[in-house]
Amino acid sequence: MIPGPFSYRRAASIEEAIALLQQYGGEAKVLSGGQSLIPMMKFRLAEPAVIVDINRVPGLDAIEERNGILAIGGLVREVALERSPLIRQRYPIIADTAEVIADPLVRNLATIGGNLAHGDPANDHPATMLALRAEVVARGPGGERTIPIDDFFVDTFTTALGPDEILTEIRVPAPPPRSGGAYVKFERKVGDYAVAAAAVFLVLDEAGKIAGAGIGLTNVYYKPLRAAEAENALLGQVPSGELFRAAAELAAKAADPTTDLRGPAEYKRAVARTMTFRALEAALSRAQAAS
Amino acid sequence: MTTTPIRGLGHPVKRKEDPRFIRGKGTYVDDIKLPGMLYLDIVRSPYAHARIKRIDASKALAMPGVVDVITGAELEKAGLAWMPTLMSDRQMVLPTDRVVYYAQEVAAVVATDRYTAADAVLAVEVEYEPLTPVLDPFKALEPGAPLVRPDREQKTNHIWHWEAGDKEKTDRIFQEAQVVVSQDLYIPRIHVCSIETCGCVVNYDRATDKLTIWMTSQAPHAHRTVFSLVSGIPEHKIRIISPDIGGGFGGKVPVYPGYVIATYAALKLGKPIKWIEDRSENLQADTFARDYHIHAELAATRDGKIRAMRVHTVADHGAFDAAANPSKFPAGLFSVCTGSYDMEAAHVAVDGVYTNKPPGGVAYRCSFRVTEAVHTIERMVDILADELGMDPAEIRFKNFIRPEQFPYKSPTGWEYDSGNYPATLQKALDAIGYQELRREQAERRARGELMGIGISTFTEIVGAGPSHTFDILGIKMFDSAEIRVHPTGSAIVRIGVQTQGQGHETTFAQIVAEELGLPVENIIVEHGDTDTAPYGLGTYASRSTPTAGAATAVAARKIREKARLIAAHLLEVSPDDLEWRDYAFRVKGAPDRFKTMQEIAFAAYTNFPQGLEGGLEAVCYYDPPNLTFPFGAYVCVVDIDRGTGQVKVREFLAVDDCGTIINPMIVEGQIHGGLTMGLAPALFEEIVYDENGTMLTGTFMDYLLPTAMETPHWKTDKTVTPSPHHPLGAKGVGESPTIGAPPAIVNAVVDALSHLGVRHIDIPITPAKVYQILLEKGVAE
Amino acid sequence: MERVPIQLTVNGQPYQAEVEPRMLLVHFIRDVLNLTGTHIGCDTTSCGACTVLWDGRPVKSCTVFAVQADGGEIQTVEGLERDGQLHPVQEGFWEEHGLQCGFCTPGMIMTAVALLQENPDPSEEEIRKAIAGNLCRCTGYVNIVKAIQYAARKMRETAPATAGIAGGE
Repeated sequence: MIPGPFSYRRAASIEEAIALLQQYGGEAKVLSGGQSLIPMMKFRLAEPAVIVDINRVPGLDAIEERNGILAIGGLVREVALERSPLIRQRYPIIADTAEVIADPLVRNLATIGGNLAHGDPANDHPATMLALRAEVVARGPGGERTIPIDDFFVDTFTTALGPDEILTEIRVPAPPPRSGGAYVKFERKVGDYAVAAAAVFLVLDEAGKIAGAGIGLTNVYYKPLRAAEAENALLGQVPSGELFRAAAELAAKAADPTTDLRGPAEYKRAVARTMTFRALEAALSRAQAAS
Repeated sequence: MTTTPIRGLGHPVKRKEDPRFIRGKGTYVDDIKLPGMLYLDIVRSPYAHARIKRIDASKALAMPGVVDVITGAELEKAGLAWMPTLMSDRQMVLPTDRVVYYAQEVAAVVATDRYTAADAVLAVEVEYEPLTPVLDPFKALEPGAPLVRPDREQKTNHIWHWEAGDKEKTDRIFQEAQVVVSQDLYIPRIHVCSIETCGCVVNYDRATDKLTIWMTSQAPHAHRTVFSLVSGIPEHKIRIISPDIGGGFGGKVPVYPGYVIATYAALKLGKPIKWIEDRSENLQADTFARDYHIHAELAATRDGKIRAMRVHTVADHGAFDAAANPSKFPAGLFSVCTGSYDMEAAHVAVDGVYTNKPPGGVAYRCSFRVTEAVHTIERMVDILADELGMDPAEIRFKNFIRPEQFPYKSPTGWEYDSGNYPATLQKALDAIGYQELRREQAERRARGELMGIGISTFTEIVGAGPSHTFDILGIKMFDSAEIRVHPTGSAIVRIGVQTQGQGHETTFAQIVAEELGLPVENIIVEHGDTDTAPYGLGTYASRSTPTAGAATAVAARKIREKARLIAAHLLEVSPDDLEWRDYAFRVKGAPDRFKTMQEIAFAAYTNFPQGLEGGLEAVCYYDPPNLTFPFGAYVCVVDIDRGTGQVKVREFLAVDDCGTIINPMIVEGQIHGGLTMGLAPALFEEIVYDENGTMLTGTFMDYLLPTAMETPHWKTDKTVTPSPHHPLGAKGVGESPTIGAPPAIVNAVVDALSHLGVRHIDIPITPAKVYQILLEKGVAE
Repeated sequence: MERVPIQLTVNGQPYQAEVEPRMLLVHFIRDVLNLTGTHIGCDTTSCGACTVLWDGRPVKSCTVFAVQADGGEIQTVEGLERDGQLHPVQEGFWEEHGLQCGFCTPGMIMTAVALLQENPDPSEEEIRKAIAGNLCRCTGYVNIVKAIQYAARKMRETAPATAGIAGGE
């Protein structure tokens, strides 16, 4: 399998990358990790005339906390998220997510920016970023703008990014006290996309009731899905198996998966419920441990 | 006398082939590069059934670097549009008017590099008129079904009907039986997916008029003969070299159109041609395995004694019968389906059917449909146990062929050579703690957890085969070895079989080491080159050790007999006064007077007796008197996740008996690999088509090969019951685990659900399938 | 046709070439440099037969353009042996029968080499996780795990004493 021919442009700066995208309009594609793009090019499902390689652009690979947020550069590789002590200690839900993406070799190149910007509802970070109520920072010819995650995913393989915009950073609110999150994925084998997966982030109040809830679902909708009703049902409640079962049921109801080789739609909906329930339990135990 | 250890049979000798592989210095076919070599790539059909109205190659031909575009029309002029299959059917090389399966070869482009060739494939314009495909073999048999093969005289999709056993007696027993159980089983289409795909490099040397083909071939000699017959090129002008092969498992037995087109192109263009499949091409168009729709019945007494078995199977062979079974066995050795159990009668019938799918019915690490046979009987025995409320181990002990019954004549006509089934099962049950597991299962069930224990006690049938019964296209299925001992006591062995990872370069050297008393280091094994290796039928169906292994032992013994004469000459005694003991010819009663093979070898060239020919070499074409029947007892423990339907293999113990073991390390490795290729179809792999006949599982994204994470830590053990008729007592092992593992896994899953009334689940047992059952039974989480 | 000059160090040896931008790193290694130990087994970044180390990280070289690696350092299976001495991972695969047909072996070995650089004493579970991007059809993985454990032991035994201290707090 051989990709079609293209022109190669390596950007040395974010400004140059944006200028190249402007210059070539819709003809150009941004290459970051390449772990989705290059296979698509081999099958000629993507045939960009120009590849703008942003891998050498400086300043996009940091993972840092500043001013009450976690900032993850768009070029941060999955492996860096898996291994970052900051992520593992303070944002274990992101480590959960990174370490179930594709396989370890792919994760050495794949980037979080690419995972989000691809707009694939089967990708794993989108659900987690929904649960965490993240923001996406995009740079374009007009400068920088911040896109709330709920506005970012527009359609299957379509995001709010313009053709000349580059995802430079993901911003996640720093975890409040008594909070915890977890990402639980069911895949048929390593390297497969999720049959269904759920990201849950919970914040408890001092009395142990749920003060904040974020739930994102993977691969059960035409785009990454926020299970808003399930989130609402949790608020102000004392966590219990019964409550979680009810919330998981609501999350499953919000799902609208398609039948494919991973199973019939109804099955995927059931797995979404199971994953949500298990992610709720895992998030709760982390939130309680953080108390 | 040499102090170097011999390390013959039974030694875990490190593999001789490994030093090149671990350094990346193996030579696989895509590693071969010849000056001026061109690259061939193939245009494939997007339809499962269509008329080809027009092929326009002009745009492709206009591309810089494109040398040629070859179509069926051109091949037809050369008489090469069709080729014979190994099953006496015929197969399109390139179509002249219609395509009959998705991803079928339609045209070929030749270019100066592989990138240009890939681009040119996309530039060839083909106009199709889609026809209705027939994908279900039962529908294919209905009157008025679209005809897959209008080229045949018989205007039907039915290929052949085949039977074994005693129908009348079987029917009579069924009529009077106290208990009858029956079950439909579908064993789906799967693909071997060796990590190396198929391909070839063809070079035609005009100066010597010699055609050399480096080819991913499990049977280079048979392929040479086929190539000669198809092309008319004399056989001595064709040299097929099977270089290092990145896994075979049966997928490299057939002759694929790509080989033929590449050869045609090399002859036409006078340039070396390389053709290497993409994974997608390999998975979508190369021959498949299984696809058996089985209806099976057992008749038994109320106390659990099996009396008879009745099986009818519809075999989906795709568009061409391009399997590689022995001529008299279009359904392979499927009639061994009475398995390890003694019964009065059996009757087996199989109907082969054409459909609009890729051709074949080749093996998936299985000797000629034995997987299908074993799956059937091992499932049916469990179903009978369930019907009678018996323990699956108990019903097996009750019905096993007893050790004293060997050689055992099976009701479908096979003569099992040796076995001790109760001992092997008992060993497995004791090792895994069967009773304890049953107790644990009861406790877990009480808590609502789903745990299952599955047993499989299979009998394999390998080593095809005796010439009176076995041939492929008329060529008898003997195999061969040729040994030359050099003056200084080292040796070269050339064999008719070919390794694809089985370690022949090591094990065959061990056989010679054992038989001749030469250190294993001093023996080199060569194979795979038809110009140098003796004629053989190739490596598949676990036949290497039973056939070529035997040939090697017999050839070595011929050398030893000559060596005895030389030793007698050197020791100045009569040959009858010598005995072969401790790897030397010793004077009877005076064991300190001896000659080693090394000394004898030197004498064979320097000081041999008058009247004897010089040199020390021998050839054997071994015609096995019977097949060999390895067997085993496997126990599998699974847990089922009620929230996802996922089956987790918690523990798996394989106790194998493959007779005498040549290299225990290699045998264990073969078992690990075979078990994994049993796990794969049991839980993961299946080729799926949509209603148009488009393959939905055409890449590794959708066709799910297990990784190290899905594969359990296999545990193995053994018993040793030598084959009485094999010179070494060896039976062959490569495929036993692939055959034995699936029913053990399925039996475990069904066992986990049996208290809910579940009796059978077809493979692959996917989470979605299990979850549906959990839902129906009201136990889904 | 556009051609891009690149400069790479492969197994310690510098190379310069002009390549089509679309040339995959694996084809550059195999067809241009004639280092055929790195194999190709799939089209979908699934099998890992093409695994090489790129600036020390194991990656699937079928999913990297050669131009991307410009200026980088590549290590392939051919570069592991030092002064006629097998790398402990190569030795482990031989000793523990960690290969059969040998086709996935170079990729598997490169993944293992990278794993042991980061984790000198991996558990079976950690090894299985690390090699989950490399498919093997022959061995059933049990002996591959053993081979990597063998190499880990050997590397720990022969590592200079300071290596142990470096891991301390």
